[in-house]
Amino acid sequence: MSAIAAQPDAPLAASWWKRNQLQLAPWLFLAPGIFAFAVYVMIPIVQSVSLSFYEWDGLTPDAKWVGFGNYTELWTDPDFWTSLRNNVAWLVMYLLAVPAGLAVALFLNQNVTGIRVYKSLFFFPFVISQVVVGLMFRWFYAPNFGLLSGVIKTLTGSNIAILADDRYATYGIIAAGLWPQIAYCMILYLTGLNNINSEQVEAARMDGARGWKLLWNIILPQLAPATFIAVVVTVIGALRSFDLVSIMTKGGPYGSTRVLSYYMYEKALSEYGFRMGYGAAIAVVLFLIMMVFITYFILQMLRQERDA
Amino acid sequence: MRFTSLSGLALGLALSSTAAFAGEIVLNSDQSDPAPKKAMEELIANFQAANPGITVKWNNFDHEGYKSAINNFLKANPPDVAAWYAGNRMAPQVKAGLFEDVTDVWEKNGLNDQLKSAAPSMTIDGKKWGVPYTYYQWGIYYRPDVFKANGVNVPKNWAELVAACAKLKAAGIAPFAIGSSQKWPTGGWFDYMDLRVNGYQFHMDLTGGKVAWTDPKVKAVFDKWAELVKPGYYIENAAALDWQDAIPQFASGKAAMYLMGNFAVAPMMKAGLKEDQLDFMQFPEITAGIPMAEDAPTDTFHIPSGAKNKDDAKKFLAFVASADAQTKLNATLGQLPVNSGSAKPDDKFLKAGFAMLSSAAGLAQFFDRDAPAEMASAGMDGFQEFMVHPDHQDAILARLEAVRAKAYK
Amino acid sequence: MFPMAIQKQAPWVGIVYQLMLPVALILWLFPLIGVAVTSVRPESDLAAGNYFGWPSRFAGFENYGAVFTQSPMGQFILNSFKITIPTVIGAVGLSCLSGFALATYKFKANLWLFFLFVAGNFVPFQILMVPVRQLSLNMNVYDSILGLVLFHTAFQTGFCTLFMRNFIKGLPFALIESARVEGVSEFRIFWHIVLPLMRPAIAALSVLIFTFVWNDYFWATVMVQGQHAMPVTAGLKALNGQYVAAWHLISAASIIAALPPVLMFFLMQRHFIAGLTLGATKG
Repeated sequence: MSAIAAQPDAPLAASWWKRNQLQLAPWLFLAPGIFAFAVYVMIPIVQSVSLSFYEWDGLTPDAKWVGFGNYTELWTDPDFWTSLRNNVAWLVMYLLAVPAGLAVALFLNQNVTGIRVYKSLFFFPFVISQVVVGLMFRWFYAPNFGLLSGVIKTLTGSNIAILADDRYATYGIIAAGLWPQIAYCMILYLTGLNNINSEQVEAARMDGARGWKLLWNIILPQLAPATFIAVVVTVIGALRSFDLVSIMTKGGPYGSTRVLSYYMYEKALSEYGFRMGYGAAIAVVLFLIMMVFITYFILQMLRQERDA
Repeated sequence: MRFTSLSGLALGLALSSTAAFAGEIVLNSDQSDPAPKKAMEELIANFQAANPGITVKWNNFDHEGYKSAINNFLKANPPDVAAWYAGNRMAPQVKAGLFEDVTDVWEKNGLNDQLKSAAPSMTIDGKKWGVPYTYYQWGIYYRPDVFKANGVNVPKNWAELVAACAKLKAAGIAPFAIGSSQKWPTGGWFDYMDLRVNGYQFHMDLTGGKVAWTDPKVKAVFDKWAELVKPGYYIENAAALDWQDAIPQFASGKAAMYLMGNFAVAPMMKAGLKEDQLDFMQFPEITAGIPMAEDAPTDTFHIPSGAKNKDDAKKFLAFVASADAQTKLNATLGQLPVNSGSAKPDDKFLKAGFAMLSSAAGLAQFFDRDAPAEMASAGMDGFQEFMVHPDHQDAILARLEAVRAKAYK
Repeated sequence: MFPMAIQKQAPWVGIVYQLMLPVALILWLFPLIGVAVTSVRPESDLAAGNYFGWPSRFAGFENYGAVFTQSPMGQFILNSFKITIPTVIGAVGLSCLSGFALATYKFKANLWLFFLFVAGNFVPFQILMVPVRQLSLNMNVYDSILGLVLFHTAFQTGFCTLFMRNFIKGLPFALIESARVEGVSEFRIFWHIVLPLMRPAIAALSVLIFTFVWNDYFWATVMVQGQHAMPVTAGLKALNGQYVAAWHLISAASIIAALPPVLMFFLMQRHFIAGLTLGATKG
């Protein structure tokens, strides 16, 4: 009976689908992606924010509400401020990758035999895992037998253990991080340079523009999209720095190379870490810092979208 | 608050790699170095031979990684037996209900008698939470040949030790080797300085959070320690090295002494030292008249409360606690059996260690096992910093005192 | 062309440039070359203090052999593949769908959703760490390859959607319009018209995601603890704890760990760079 009753509905359903297809189709296509992203990214952010108001050791089943307790503790925690200061150092120093990448790109932007191979080999460091980069630089820096410390010793006569000295350790790690990051910026700029409007450049040359002036007035404006992406990935990379700190110093010597991302992990999950709520509070601070940049980037993209 | 809101997603995605069959026990431990690994393999083989029908599935972890992994697997997929450490180091797991009460294993097997010396460090709230299988001494390993070549005698007290250091340093030899890129080796130094300056009870009170880090008696410890730090009596760039990385300098004679646990003897020998080039001495007296207490960390086995095969796990604990099993295990480990019925070691370092520990005024576990996690971590950061910047002493102690205020709740 | 082409400058400039290239390259790859040389150095060289000189003999076979026979490196590599390949398929697949939706339909939440994907892609991992770990525990996929695959797939969907959406935006919309006029269903438009055009984007994204996930270390430490599911990055870290002072072995293991993404890069170079630099030029 129901089969018969359903008969007249079928074309109706089809036409209903047809009428609403354009409204419904995007949601059907989006559903799996949104679901996965919500479960693993969006909801966890909310949970972390909420967890930051609790004291929880990760072992016992129940957490204790402490309000803003974790945040007030952060305020008086010298390790937190050290981490934050190092994050600022990372951010500032890491941005050197942008001009450095541009410089390497300009150096390699020629048409000579074998240049493609050179470009690939210069890009090489970016492909390698940061764990491997960290191990390489640890070896490079190691006192007594590392290559760099060997050079320093022949130059100055004294043996400097870069990663064990709180004056240099953070910069030593940042230098290791700059290596792949410069490669990344380089490739962005090489692509950008490839697409430069050559007529405009030649016209400027006719007008007598040379060197810096040409670079600044004609080339850089055309490279703006590459610069934007380079800055975005570099800022995000700087704030996300975890792997290198973990591999090269574990935050030491005596916590002087900690950054927020590592300090958070240390407090919540590492050998001596049992403070999930406190860790979450650190993560929230890092998240808010990043949100400032993310918002700025998105506003930029929004402008581009509107222009397009 | 519990994060169970999304557990409906589980859909039975059971993939637990450690699900045990009847007659199988899963054992997680951290014997990644060669000698302990071999000892463990033998122990498992012996256990299986003595208990036909029970097989042991062993997951061996990297030693350093294990210390953070345990808190994960005890909750996520608990094995049937897990290796861990005695003293305060097991308190978080016990308090969270992650370890099984094994008082009955002690009672049934007469362990209260045989393991008497370690009973206090295995007891929380009047119950036993695991069995100890080995312990080892800490002390100063030194190079008798280097001492002799430089006219240095084995120091008996602090003044002699400092004088010996001065003499060695003048001869271009670093008195002490240490590698502090991992934090814990500095903990051994602090333990001994405090045990010798203030004695056992004070040290226990301090690690137990009952004394302020700004107490003048704590300051006195650091002042004494500074007598070694300030003149540079440790190898250069120690903070860049792991403890194993510092051994070549000791083996080559560039450094003359090494404060370490007895597990260091095997790698020292492997680095090329002969029997007559390596000797052991007790950490010398500092404050005259204070009874000598020692660091003697105890390693243990526990049954996680989530274990699936507790009956066989208890058989394993009983086996590993027995006099005979401990004799064999520790012979390969190069450490001391806890069971009083075990055969006495005949190795010269273990003999010396056993004699020293038997007459000790008290046994401390180790800084990171006596102090709770947060205090231990901050403390060892502070010791590490002190060894590079002794002039930061006041700032370090103020910071540690601030940590004490929140770490003991 | 900027800077001025070498060919248009004085001949000596060209010669100097040709000489500078290899020198600059060697300086640039100095740490890598050092590690590569160390990986074929016999252990006796290290003990004898020959850290920088030419290896006294080629010990590549024994060092690399030792890494495979004396450590679970083989298993780590296998695990990395087991984690990486399903993630690439999953994330690229999901983002083909979502990228298509965001690029071809006009609806109110469109741009808003797009920016949500973009923003999510940039958040610090630490803000996800505790809840994701807890979720995996509850789903019983903690400490398993599946757990890592699920997370990576979901997280990488953010970046992939950004990428796919921008790529599809660049396709001629007229194709889709005319198909709609002819009454072709939306799914058929996706499957028969758009998807075939997306091949280059799929190739580029696959290579990129392969590299990202292969090189992940943070999530491997948070979500995995045993050898059975440990990828090569975390495994390398664990070996480093075991092989203290055995730099010849660490170096060999590092080279092995770096090899798959490096090969991937050289084989698929064009796609790789196209993927990375999408948006670095106008149009």
